[in-house]
Amino acid sequence: MAAVVLENISKKYGNVTALKSISFQMDDGEIFGLIGPDGAGKSTLFRILATLLQADEGRASVAGHDVVKEYKQIRKKVGYMPGRFSLYQDLSVEENLSFFATIFGTTIQENYDLVKDIYVQIEPFKRRLAGQLSGGMKQKLALCCALIHKPEVLFLDEPTTGVDAVSRKEFWEMLQSLKEKNIAILVSTPYMDEAGLCDRIALIQNGEILKIDSPRQMIRDFKKPLYAIKTEHTYSALNYLRSASYTRSALPFGEFIHLTTAKSYTPFQIKDDLERVGIPIQEVKTAAPSIEDIFLDLSETNELIDG
Amino acid sequence: MIKVFQAFVKKEFYHILRDKRTLLILFGMPLAQILIFGYAVTNEFNDAQIDVLDYAKDETSMQFIDHLQSSGNFQLNKILYTETQMEAGMKAGDSKLVIAIPENFSADFYSGQPVKIQVVADGSDPNNANTLVQYVTQMVNSFQMERRKVLPNPYRINVESRMMYNPQLVSAYNFVPGTIALILLIICAMLTSLTIAREKESGTMEILLVSPLPPLLIILGKVTPYAILSFTNAILVLLLGHFVFDVPIVGSIGLLLLMCFLYVVTALALGTLISTVSKTQQDAMMRSLMGLMMPSMILSGFIFPLTSMPILLQYIGQIVPATYFIEILKAVMLRGVGLNFILYEVAILVAMTTVFLFFAWRKFKIRLE
Repeated sequence: MAAVVLENISKKYGNVTALKSISFQMDDGEIFGLIGPDGAGKSTLFRILATLLQADEGRASVAGHDVVKEYKQIRKKVGYMPGRFSLYQDLSVEENLSFFATIFGTTIQENYDLVKDIYVQIEPFKRRLAGQLSGGMKQKLALCCALIHKPEVLFLDEPTTGVDAVSRKEFWEMLQSLKEKNIAILVSTPYMDEAGLCDRIALIQNGEILKIDSPRQMIRDFKKPLYAIKTEHTYSALNYLRSASYTRSALPFGEFIHLTTAKSYTPFQIKDDLERVGIPIQEVKTAAPSIEDIFLDLSETNELIDG
Repeated sequence: MIKVFQAFVKKEFYHILRDKRTLLILFGMPLAQILIFGYAVTNEFNDAQIDVLDYAKDETSMQFIDHLQSSGNFQLNKILYTETQMEAGMKAGDSKLVIAIPENFSADFYSGQPVKIQVVADGSDPNNANTLVQYVTQMVNSFQMERRKVLPNPYRINVESRMMYNPQLVSAYNFVPGTIALILLIICAMLTSLTIAREKESGTMEILLVSPLPPLLIILGKVTPYAILSFTNAILVLLLGHFVFDVPIVGSIGLLLLMCFLYVVTALALGTLISTVSKTQQDAMMRSLMGLMMPSMILSGFIFPLTSMPILLQYIGQIVPATYFIEILKAVMLRGVGLNFILYEVAILVAMTTVFLFFAWRKFKIRLE
């Protein structure tokens, strides 16, 4: 059975379109990633699925229940972690967890095995007020609270935003272990490098889905020649490349420029061409595409996406 | 369900006890208010400073001046010698009142000639001026009675007034009921609307909504601690009023507490209603202050009598719950009446509460928008 089904979901806030006819399915026990920049409509989508907002058009169901008519059943079966930290800052770690366990009609002991792996990491601080925890700790606690009632579907809206690299890695390891317990996880992130950790991802921008597939398949399908160019003169190199006849796209990418071309060249040909117009180049190499390359390639606007 | 409710109430108490601001409002405000109203804001005068312009300078005028001071209400600031000095004391703020005694005061007084004493009061503070002039009039009457034994004109009508239920016109009799009404309103309505708005602001309401909790339980869990605390506060103010300011409680204490409870529910319903329409704490605060506190202070008859207000304000005053609650409190505490005398006010409060609860329930959103 599909954990989440969306059919042509659209949502507007006044004149601003947040979601344009979104459709996809998510299977049980799947980690499904919503990848896109801020303002893409990810949080709106989460709120519609968590029965907090009603879509203007389209239908959606979660764990087999319609999000509008059967919202009460859904609220028993999902765990929801909103985009910003939404626990009681003036309650301690333990008080938060036991409160959320109680309102879902359970206790910490009853479902301890589910949260154990995560909770042991924050247990040393269980008397500390939640507001005084570090970003990573807060997110672990929030995940515990969202999990404590053994939900069938977990909605995690940008759980790793504002969290340090080590904690991010740990967080994703936890999600992998939850997947093994057959909990379907819908997770959003603006970090492209986390996309590869999902079973399937939807690239989303301006309320529209650009592409849905497994990250590996997406990379496999990316057939365009891709080069990474390293230079100290990024700006002039970009300007030149964008006017060059062979360029499909040229975008800054960390310390490199990522260039896709219509036809295949050798790295030397590109290096020669750039040096011919007087731009010193340190290195040109063929590059393996990442999700970010795919995203940038698919998005019509060539705006910089934070990686 | 009972367990969930208990957990909710416990959580709410943690919030209250860990937040200094809430604690201060809860327990500091009632104390401060009752002490301020009790000791600072009062229409009673002790040792009001007066100037006397004594043209007579005879024995009787001296006796009269002594007599004025004998009540404890007045204290002589200065004896003046010319009319030009009359304003100086008032302008400097040294004296509240100037009394001018005419020449031949003694002779005219005992020969039965009409005597006129001029009283000049500082009208920039009309309430106080009125009270002072009344005091002077009383003192003049008693002076006449004492000195002359007979009344100058046997056919005059004498007004003998007596203030029932508050013979000495002690202002505590008025401000204790008023303060209870205000405090219950602040704590119940304002703090409730604040605490619900806070859940919205911090995003925790999102999580509470995406849980199997019925909305009614969320609201009940949030308001119950405030109901308990404000009820405690009402009792505290009653005790303070009774033992510190000697306000009597003539009527049944059970009825009094029952009425306090009714008003607590009214205020909680109002607070919940406000919270359903406010998104942030600041919003909730403004709405409670402007929509509840101001009308309850000004239009409830607590500070200014309703009957002397423009008709429009009188109508507004009639939809302020505190108006009825203060009426009820005064009736039960001071006049000692039973439920059958306050049925009208009680019925209105019950009706208001029902309406507020209905709208709060209708407006409570099971979703975010």
